[in-house]
Amino acid sequence: MKRILLMGDPNVGKSVVFSRLTGVHVVASNYPGTTIEYTSGYMRLDGQKIEVVDVPGTYTLDPTNEAEKVATDMLKPDDIVINVVDSTNLERNLNLTLQLLERGNPVLVCLNMWDDAEHRGITIDSGKLEQIIRAPVVPTVAVSGWGIKALVSRIPDARPSEPRIMNQEKRWQEIGSIIRSVQITTRRHHTFLEKLEDASIRPFSGAIIAALVLAGAFTLVRLIGEAIIQYIMEPFFARVYSPLIMKLSSVIAEKQFLHDVLIGRLINGEVDFTQSFGFLSTGVFVPVGMVLPYVVTFYFVLGLLEDVGYLPRLAIFLDRIMHKMGLHGYAIIPTILGLGCNVPGILATRILEEKRQRFIAATIISIGVPCAALQAMIWGMLGPHGWEYVLLVYGILLVVWFLIGFGLNKMMRGFSPELFIEIPRYHVPKLPIVLKKLGMRVLGFLKEALPVVFVGILFVNILYTLGVMDAIARFTAPVVVKLLGLPEEAVTALVIGFLRKDVALGMLAPLSLDPGQLVVASVVLAMFFPCIASFIVLMRELGFLQMIKATLLMVVSAIVVGSLLNLAL
Amino acid sequence: MKADGRLGVRDVFILSLNDMKRGESGVIKEILGGHGFARRLESMNIRVGKNITKVSAMFRRGPVTVQADHTRLALGFGMAGRIIVEVKR
Repeated sequence: MKRILLMGDPNVGKSVVFSRLTGVHVVASNYPGTTIEYTSGYMRLDGQKIEVVDVPGTYTLDPTNEAEKVATDMLKPDDIVINVVDSTNLERNLNLTLQLLERGNPVLVCLNMWDDAEHRGITIDSGKLEQIIRAPVVPTVAVSGWGIKALVSRIPDARPSEPRIMNQEKRWQEIGSIIRSVQITTRRHHTFLEKLEDASIRPFSGAIIAALVLAGAFTLVRLIGEAIIQYIMEPFFARVYSPLIMKLSSVIAEKQFLHDVLIGRLINGEVDFTQSFGFLSTGVFVPVGMVLPYVVTFYFVLGLLEDVGYLPRLAIFLDRIMHKMGLHGYAIIPTILGLGCNVPGILATRILEEKRQRFIAATIISIGVPCAALQAMIWGMLGPHGWEYVLLVYGILLVVWFLIGFGLNKMMRGFSPELFIEIPRYHVPKLPIVLKKLGMRVLGFLKEALPVVFVGILFVNILYTLGVMDAIARFTAPVVVKLLGLPEEAVTALVIGFLRKDVALGMLAPLSLDPGQLVVASVVLAMFFPCIASFIVLMRELGFLQMIKATLLMVVSAIVVGSLLNLAL
Repeated sequence: MKADGRLGVRDVFILSLNDMKRGESGVIKEILGGHGFARRLESMNIRVGKNITKVSAMFRRGPVTVQADHTRLALGFGMAGRIIVEVKR
């Protein structure tokens, strides 16, 4: 059976059409030999299972960059193409449509964002367009699902055509004449959203909007996160989960080994969720009770910002600063993703053009960008001592992030390319789509975090039993105690930081550190080594040698910054 | 009637995007520099003969945002300087 390829310009809602057509089982893969990712899934058509591929967005089949080259290479003569078109920008989109038709593939045109076009006073005669290009044309609004059924029903109407060769100049002429006969544009007033679009890319109003958006996002994450902890997680763990665990503890009290593994040590005859260190006590509490609330809210707020279309505007605004670090404004997107989890952040550095940029961006994300899990723990541990300490940690990490980027840019050969990005329009986000994306990300977090937390807990217990921890502690004591001013017991936490930084910071709770020591510990934990998951991704993205360089930089800078802080605080 | 007494006569200026004022529109005359740059713009329907509007520019040689039809594009100051536009003032 043939495949269906979804092709179209970037930002036309292709992925939404894709998720409307396919079910839940979608797979993201790398195109061989590249870092370009595409997704594929299956749909049912007349009782048959057909593969559907969401091809990376491209403006043309005459590629101008790696992603476009992949998109072009993926198109095979047999494929059926659903060409997703932004109805508000028909002229530009038809360039790809005509190129697809020239290849001779069966093509079906999906005039997406039909409602947007109406709002903007653009009327398209889809029937006439269909007659001219001799391919089925279906208007859709993918975000609401309108027109998708009609689109599916017309797939069989897409027929192969005679391939032909045309030059770009003639193509634009043809597009011009198509536009004149199918599209009518009426002028109308700017909507509120459009005024806001303009305001957010102007120097002064843009600065105010950027500050408001970032402060708002941060506050929202904190408030909702705290509310979930206070009203859901704490009551649940105190009233429901804890009695359950105590009951289990009394049942398996005889079986010492099982008790140690599942529940861990009892503190004063009670299970202590941060100190017991069993799979079902600490192993569930830290990732679910303390970290998950912030992860959920972070990804919710991020999803809103993404779907509104704000992030590329932030890129324009921060372009100058990012150039000081050898990056351009677009690098802010991986950085913000890194605030959720460093792994997707490092993966997203692929949107940068040059190897040098990707190295700098991935390294400074690993050093200076604390993930949501670590941030949740920093707030939880330092918050009670006063918010100024939490802000201090953020401030130090921000300065370190900038200085290391600045230094790398000065030291490394090469240059940083200029910004070149399309700025999508603002959209009012659709809640079901935001929630679907949120669900996938939270599931991803749990799938990744829980096993590693369990391994970490097992690891700590084994190391303790074997006395390895004491040996490591003796070996590293000079650095940890003399330079960083932390107690010897903190070494264990730093070692666990290799696995999960949230669990590691939690281990410091019983040591009753003063706020200054906690600031040092938080900063050092954030900087000194990537957690195992980011470590693997760094190795895959940068290669072994570059990864070693990045890691050395982390260890050295963490010790230097930690020692300086110890002197200052 | 204009301040200098001319009736509806406007001067034609050929200048780069960077020398245009914010909100000003013109027709693209020429795209300088490598063929790759021109092709990248052309694939987005930004090409010689098209109308282009400078929407905004960040201070201190920051990126410039332009609009052509319904496409909005942000590009670096250096790139913006290579797009030559005919403007009537």
